Amino acid sequence: MLVWSRSGRAFVWALFALVFTPVVLGPLAMLVIAAFAGDWNGVLPSTWTTEHFRDATDGTNLDSVVVSIQTALLAAGIALVVGTWTAIAARNAPRPVRRIADAVLHLPVAVPSVVVGLGMLVAFSDGPLLLNGTKWIVIAAHAVLVVAFAYATVSAGLDRTDQAFADVAASLGASPLRVLFRVRLPMLLPSLSAAASLALALSMGEVGATIMVYPADWRTLPVSVFTLTDRGKVLLGSAVTLTLLLATLILLTVVGLLRGKVEDRRSH
Amino acid sequence: MTPPALQARTEGLVTAELTVAAGEVVAVVGPNGAGKSTLLRALAGLPGPARAAVAIDGEPVGTRPPHLRRVGYVPQDGALFPHLSAARNVAYGLRGRGLSRREQRAAAHDWLTRLGLGELAARRPGQLSGGQQQRVALARALAPEPRLLLLDEPLAALDVETRAAVRHTLRSHLGPYDGVCLIVTHDPVDALSLAGRMLVVESGVIVQDASAAEVTRAPRSAWVARMLGLNAYEGDGTDDGVRLADGHVLVGADPAPRGRVLVTVHPDHVTLYRDPPGGTARNAWHGTITEVTGTGTRLRVAVHGSDGPDVVAEVTAAAAAELGLGEGLGVWIGVKATGVGLTAL
Repeated sequence: MLVWSRSGRAFVWALFALVFTPVVLGPLAMLVIAAFAGDWNGVLPSTWTTEHFRDATDGTNLDSVVVSIQTALLAAGIALVVGTWTAIAARNAPRPVRRIADAVLHLPVAVPSVVVGLGMLVAFSDGPLLLNGTKWIVIAAHAVLVVAFAYATVSAGLDRTDQAFADVAASLGASPLRVLFRVRLPMLLPSLSAAASLALALSMGEVGATIMVYPADWRTLPVSVFTLTDRGKVLLGSAVTLTLLLATLILLTVVGLLRGKVEDRRSH
Repeated sequence: MTPPALQARTEGLVTAELTVAAGEVVAVVGPNGAGKSTLLRALAGLPGPARAAVAIDGEPVGTRPPHLRRVGYVPQDGALFPHLSAARNVAYGLRGRGLSRREQRAAAHDWLTRLGLGELAARRPGQLSGGQQQRVALARALAPEPRLLLLDEPLAALDVETRAAVRHTLRSHLGPYDGVCLIVTHDPVDALSLAGRMLVVESGVIVQDASAAEVTRAPRSAWVARMLGLNAYEGDGTDDGVRLADGHVLVGADPAPRGRVLVTVHPDHVTLYRDPPGGTARNAWHGTITEVTGTGTRLRVAVHGSDGPDVVAEVTAAAAAELGLGEGLGVWIGVKATGVGLTAL
C-alpha cells in the first residue's frame, strides 16, 4: 500500500473523486440526460422523452449500428490474425528483423489517424486496387489502425510464454502446427482475448480516419454522431452515442463470455 | 550384432562423441555454462548452438525434426502445459499411435498412478507442488516410451526432502527403463545414485567418460573432484613433485607423472596443527581458517593457505574442540604423501 495513514487515504480518495467526477462521470451522466431530454433550457431538462432514443435505433441510425458492428468485427478479426501471426513470427526471427517488424507494426499508432485515412484515400482511389467508395476502405483503415494494439498485446503475452513449452511439445511428437494450435495459442488465450477486446473497442470508436474515407452507404456510428452534432442535433447525437456505448459493451461482453467458454471446455 | 542404442556426434559449441548401450543411465556433469544443456538440446534436435548426428538403435535420426525422433525431453522446470490438467499433460504425447481417446486417457491415468499421482489427474499444474509437477513431467516424458530420455536437472528446483522422494521415484523407474537416459545434474548424490556412468563436460568438451566408480576414484578434472568433495589442484609434474601455479610443490607417494597433473586430496587426509608438524607429513604449509561448517560429529574446516594452496579439512568435532579451531585462527596444514592422489591429464 502506498498510503498508510487513515486521513491520508481519505485525502487521496477525495482527490480522486474530485478529478474523476467532472472529467469522466459528469460528461457520461450529461450524455444520458441529453439522450432522454425533451426541452432543456435550465440546469436540467424540464421535460423528458424517449423520442431521440427511438430515432437513434431506427432507419439510417440503426443501419449505422449494424455497419459499426460489422466493421469492428471484421477489422478486429483481421488485426488479430495479422497481429498474432507477426508477433509469433517476429519472436523467432533474428533481432534486426524483429526490430523492423516492431517499428512497422507500431507505425499506425505513431501517426495521426487522419494521416492513415488520407493515405488510404490516396493509395486506393485508383487501380490496381480500387477500394475508395466501397466499405472495404473503411474496414482496411480500421484494421491498419488497430493491428498495432493487437500486435503489442500479443507480443507482451509471448514474452511470458517460454520457448520451453514448444520444445517439450515437439519432443512429445507434436508437429509445429499442433504445437501452435494446442500449446502456443491456448497459452496465449488471455492475451488474444485482451487484444480482441481492445481492437473491437478502438474500432467502434474510430472517427479520425473513417471520416476521411467513408462512402455514403457505410457510415459508422461515431461518424453519425459527428454529423448529427455538426448539424446542431445534439440531443439525437447523444442518443446515438448511447447506442454506440451499448453496442460496444455487448461486443466486449460476448468476447469475455467466449473466452470463459473456451477455458471451461478444454480443462477436462 | 545389434547396434548401440545411442550413437551421437555433436558439433558447434559442444563437440562430443558418445555411444551408449540400451538401459544405461548416464549423468552429465560439469560447471555452469559447460554445454550440458546444449548437448541435450542437440540430441533432441532442438534449436541451439550445437548440432548432432544421432543414431538411435542404428537408425540415423539426426536430420529429422524433433517431433519425429522419439526423444523424451524434460527441461529444468518441467514445463508442464499450464492450461491442461495433469492427465491431459501426460496424454499429450500419446497422440498419433493408433490409440483411441479413451485408451490415451487410460494410459495417462496408468502412468500417473504408477508415479503415485493417481488422485491428482484432474488438477492443473498450478495446483500441484513442485515435486508433484516434476513427477507429472516425468510421467509425460515416459508415457510415449521414448528410446532416448533427456532430463535437464530434474531435481534442481526442489527442496531437500522432495528431492529425495523424487530421486527415489526416478531411480525406481529408470531401473527397468530399456532406453538410454541422460541426466544433467550438479549434485554428486544424484549423479552417483541414479547413473552408472558419468560424462564430465567442460568448456564444450567431454573431459571424462567413465563409470561412476572410476570417476570417483580418479577424477580427471578439478571441477568434478571438487563436486565430489575433494581438494583438487592442477599443476605440472616435476622430479620433486607437482608444482602448482603459485609455486608450491605437493608430493605424492609415487613419482609425479610429467605434464599437466591433477592433484586430489581427500579432506580426511588433511591434518590441522596448532604448531609446526614434525616429520610425518611430507606436505606442510601455513594458513588461516576461513569457515567451519558442521554435519554431526564431523566438521568441515576451510583454510586459506598463506604459503600454499587453500584446503578443506574434515576433522572430528572432538579434535576441533581440542585444537580450539575457529574462524580467523592460524593453523599448520599437513598432508601425508599417501593421501595425495596424482592423475595425469
